[in-house]
Amino acid sequence: MTLLQTLVTVMLAAVLTDNYVLSKFMGICPFLGVSKKLSSSLGMGAAVIFVMGCAAAVTYPIYTYLLVPFALTYLRTVAFILIIALFVQLVEIILRKLLPPLYNALGVYLPLITTNCAVLGVTLNNIDDGYTYGMSIWNAICVGMGFTLSLIIFAGVRRKLDQADIPETFKGIPATLVAASIVSLSFSAFSGMM
Amino acid sequence: MASQSYLKEFTKGILKENPTLVGLLGMCPTLAVTTQAANGLGMGLATTFVLVGSNLVISLLRKVIPPTVKLPCYIVIIAGFVTIIEFLMHGFVPSLYDALGTFLSLITVNCIILGRAEMFACKNKVLPSVLDGLGMGLGFTLALFTMGSIREIFGAGAWMGLSLPDAFPTMSIFTMPAGGFFVLGIVIAVVSILTKKKAPAAVGCAGCPNASACSGACGKPEEKEA
Repeated sequence: MTLLQTLVTVMLAAVLTDNYVLSKFMGICPFLGVSKKLSSSLGMGAAVIFVMGCAAAVTYPIYTYLLVPFALTYLRTVAFILIIALFVQLVEIILRKLLPPLYNALGVYLPLITTNCAVLGVTLNNIDDGYTYGMSIWNAICVGMGFTLSLIIFAGVRRKLDQADIPETFKGIPATLVAASIVSLSFSAFSGMM
Repeated sequence: MASQSYLKEFTKGILKENPTLVGLLGMCPTLAVTTQAANGLGMGLATTFVLVGSNLVISLLRKVIPPTVKLPCYIVIIAGFVTIIEFLMHGFVPSLYDALGTFLSLITVNCIILGRAEMFACKNKVLPSVLDGLGMGLGFTLALFTMGSIREIFGAGAWMGLSLPDAFPTMSIFTMPAGGFFVLGIVIAVVSILTKKKAPAAVGCAGCPNASACSGACGKPEEKEA
């Protein structure tokens, strides 16, 4: 396979067939929490793409050049989550100082990302799947794009859902979950693609 | 404190304040590992172990940890317990370890654990914190086990690995991701009937450890409830 083909395959897998939200169930909390409005979906999505790409870029070398040589691979969960937590704080401080407009747009979503399991999940999966450094970063960015796509699609679904006449017991989260199930079903149709 | 209130700390997590079905926390593992009842049970018990351990340690250290760096401290304590349970499961139940996969590591970012640390363990004495952790953990286990049972029975025609008679109709959609969302929606609706409360309208900030930081960006309840 040429490099381009590999890149496209990884992208299609991350965005459509193995969408982290709708088929791997990572990042459900922000998916349900933030997808109420299109603008907040876009903001959260952009923040996640950014943090995922950076987290993959930082965790990969630490795993390969620090944990593996010293036989400390069992500490990766502790190491990765600390890196992500520190990194999110750092990004927040840097953005606030250097790029106030971007901070205003993404700032509120950044602390939420620390506990977004998709970020930790993508860094761990990059190691498990044996991706190279460049490929890890690309995969992380694509996973972030898949996350954003599902959030945007679901924001549209929820707008319609708000106007629907739903039985009393199902109002709120139950109806949202059933709608998510239908969106997820439509995404499972992509699985024949690969 | 009377023994009655200790009992309350323990039982509140099981149905009334069930972290998953009423508090809507920790949705990712609830949906992901519940294709089989046994996996749900294993995940629930692993999370309970981490929750009790982290509540115990955080409660012991509640006067030592400075408030400014409490989040990183909590995460390191939790991740430490997650590493212990990973070792234990890898050693004693390798099949479950393989079935849970990444989600075992992802217990670290399960918001139930961080939520209880932030809301309960950092303010209460050791015994109530441990009981709180145990009750919340068992509530989570119960939710996962219920979800897993429903999905395994209807999706695969089996329960805890025992296969049901062939005549039992199976719908493979229940074991697919879509079925996970669907079953969880139904279970939450049923629990809201049982507890005689309205189904939660949105993922609340109440249990979210970052609520103070995000100023309610995640789940601000819409002002449409008349």
